[in-house]
Amino acid sequence: MKRFLYELSESWKIAAAQMRSNLTRSTLTALGVIIGIIAVTLMGTAVNGISIGFDKSMAVLGDDVLYVTQWPWKPVDDWWNYRDRKKIKTEYAETLNRMIAATPNSNLVIAVPTSNFMRSIKYGGNQVNNVFVLGTTSDFIVTSTIDCTSGRFFNELESRGGANVVVIGYDVADALFPSENPIDKSVLINGQLFKVVGVNTRQGTFLGLFSWDSMAAMPLAAFNKYFSAKSDSDVRVKVKDKTRLADAKDELTGLMRRVRGLPPEKKEDFSINEQQAFKSTLDPVKNSIAIAGLFITGLSLFVGAIGIMNITFVSVKERTKEIGTRKALGARRRTILLQFLIESTALCLLGGFIGLVFAYLMCFGIGKAFPSFPIHFSVGLVLLSMIVSIFTGLFSGFAPAWTASRLDPVAALRYE
Amino acid sequence: MSLVTRLTGPVVIDIENITKDYVMGEEVVHALRGVTLKIHRNEYIAIMGPSGSGKSTLMNMLGCLDTPTSGRYEFNSKSVAEMDDDELAAVRNREIGFVFQTFNLLPRSTSLRNVELPLIYAGIEPGRRMERATQVLTDVGLGDRIHHKPNELSGGQRQRVAIARALVNGPSIILADEPTGNLDSKTGEEIMDLLERLYERGNTIILVTHERDIAAHARRTVHLRDGLIEMDHAGFIPELDLPIAEMTST
Ligand SMILES: Nc1ncnc2c1ncn2[C@@H]1O[C@H](COP(=O)(O)OP(=O)(O)OP(=O)(O)O)[C@@H](O)[C@H]1O
Ligand SMILES: [Mg+2]
Repeated sequence: MKRFLYELSESWKIAAAQMRSNLTRSTLTALGVIIGIIAVTLMGTAVNGISIGFDKSMAVLGDDVLYVTQWPWKPVDDWWNYRDRKKIKTEYAETLNRMIAATPNSNLVIAVPTSNFMRSIKYGGNQVNNVFVLGTTSDFIVTSTIDCTSGRFFNELESRGGANVVVIGYDVADALFPSENPIDKSVLINGQLFKVVGVNTRQGTFLGLFSWDSMAAMPLAAFNKYFSAKSDSDVRVKVKDKTRLADAKDELTGLMRRVRGLPPEKKEDFSINEQQAFKSTLDPVKNSIAIAGLFITGLSLFVGAIGIMNITFVSVKERTKEIGTRKALGARRRTILLQFLIESTALCLLGGFIGLVFAYLMCFGIGKAFPSFPIHFSVGLVLLSMIVSIFTGLFSGFAPAWTASRLDPVAALRYE
Repeated sequence: MSLVTRLTGPVVIDIENITKDYVMGEEVVHALRGVTLKIHRNEYIAIMGPSGSGKSTLMNMLGCLDTPTSGRYEFNSKSVAEMDDDELAAVRNREIGFVFQTFNLLPRSTSLRNVELPLIYAGIEPGRRMERATQVLTDVGLGDRIHHKPNELSGGQRQRVAIARALVNGPSIILADEPTGNLDSKTGEEIMDLLERLYERGNTIILVTHERDIAAHARRTVHLRDGLIEMDHAGFIPELDLPIAEMTST
């Protein structure tokens, strides 16, 4: 064991000396690994960023909320079966809440109606188009992860009275009020004035998926007063215990059938969705991006590995006589194997380290230049790329090191 | 022809009917064709013979670097044929000290690190390694050259580093294949003085050489010819130990 440690440290020293004395050659060879690691790491940060972006968008939906909708949240082949379904009405929420209150030990907490459409919002000379305007009740905050940086969500009184108040997303506030405090200012939506009572905390957008940043929420009563009933409506229902989501879903299905007055033999004419349904449609997309990206960048690392393998073979050839001498002095096969494995690994680790530094700088630069680009550099990634470097080194060094360890000592000593 | 040799101690090397064939495509080269030899502790032997007679082949065999095609070899009463690769490496590391004609030092390492190498393979801890290597280097007269690299040393100094490296693990025998072959005669003599001192301190030395002057230092001379022992006699007998060419002509 002790001998192994001595041989190990000796091998590191040899590897370092070898790199120093063949500086140009080592640098050029390491370049392949440097590029490979940069590519893999950047792809890793992008994949990481995409994944975080997906999860953030998913978090908006909440993992303890069920959504009663006309259309299911998954691709359907038989769209015609869904097209003619009755619309979901916001009044269902009240009915559902009465039923929930009447059910002992219900798995459901509260039902909240939402209506929405796209409108532009104006303030002074500024205008934001295509804002997702949501009409809902003050109970909405129970079902969502929404937070206000300044101000507050509208309260129950405003909700019931249908007051002209609005809570706006971060990006909307940013565009309308570049240098003012939005709170208590009045904005124009569809010709009506609404008082801003709150601004949401910034959430970040990704691939145009859900984000509160470009939304506006107002009391449902006000929404219905001013905007045509042509808007889409959903009912979202908060679940008591998210580990029993399936039970809650069954219960809600039962309640909704009663609301719709469906006889037992008829199929449901509504859909109940949860975050998971979305995830399972999006996850394969996310995973294919990750696999394809890492595979392609992995190829460049593979090319780098071949370079290392090649140079290690050259090194073995050049030092055949040295290998013979070492064997004559008592080096065992595994000693020689170790020595060349460590040489290739040291080269890869060096390349990996330099690559990582470059990748970090690039990430930093990209992050500065395009703040919305999903890139995420993590400690895990650093460790991972170091481990990848080590394995690349072991992989590329193995064949030459094995050849070296098997050399016949006499033949090696005779080698000119 | 076997004249009486000085029997000093236990048998270190005992080979019997050793042969070595090299297959080169169609042709088979018989480098050794049945060599029998016993070497005792603290002998000083010169192996002589014309070029291609099998001297180096025999040395590699004795040094456990090569395995015979047939025949028996016992090193310190242990059969070499039964040793696996690791055991052979251990024997080379601890029991045998090689000195090569071309020195074979690691070019980018200092004298000290070159001499430390066998100690590393023996698993000696760094502090003791340094101490021991420095001491042996001082013994061969290079106490002031321990941090020099081979290219900063003269040929004779390089060979002395190589001898220090061969000695450092306290081996049973020292095998030197033409140790003065790359040196001028004066430097060669210095190396021979060093070997003489080692012999007087109790080391066993086996030396391959072409040169009569060099062979004259040995206490026993073995003549090889075409892979066979032609003569094996005590001391150095000028009339017997003529170069083969001269001998055959007289
Ligand atoms: N690896 C090998 N392959 C083929 N033939 C070999 C090999 N090694 C040695 N021989 C042959 O074996 C014979 C003995 O070689 P060896 O090197 O032992 O001679 P030597 O006595 O040391 O000669 P020299 O004095 O020139 O060094 C020679 O004929 C040589 O050609
Ligand atoms: Mg020879």
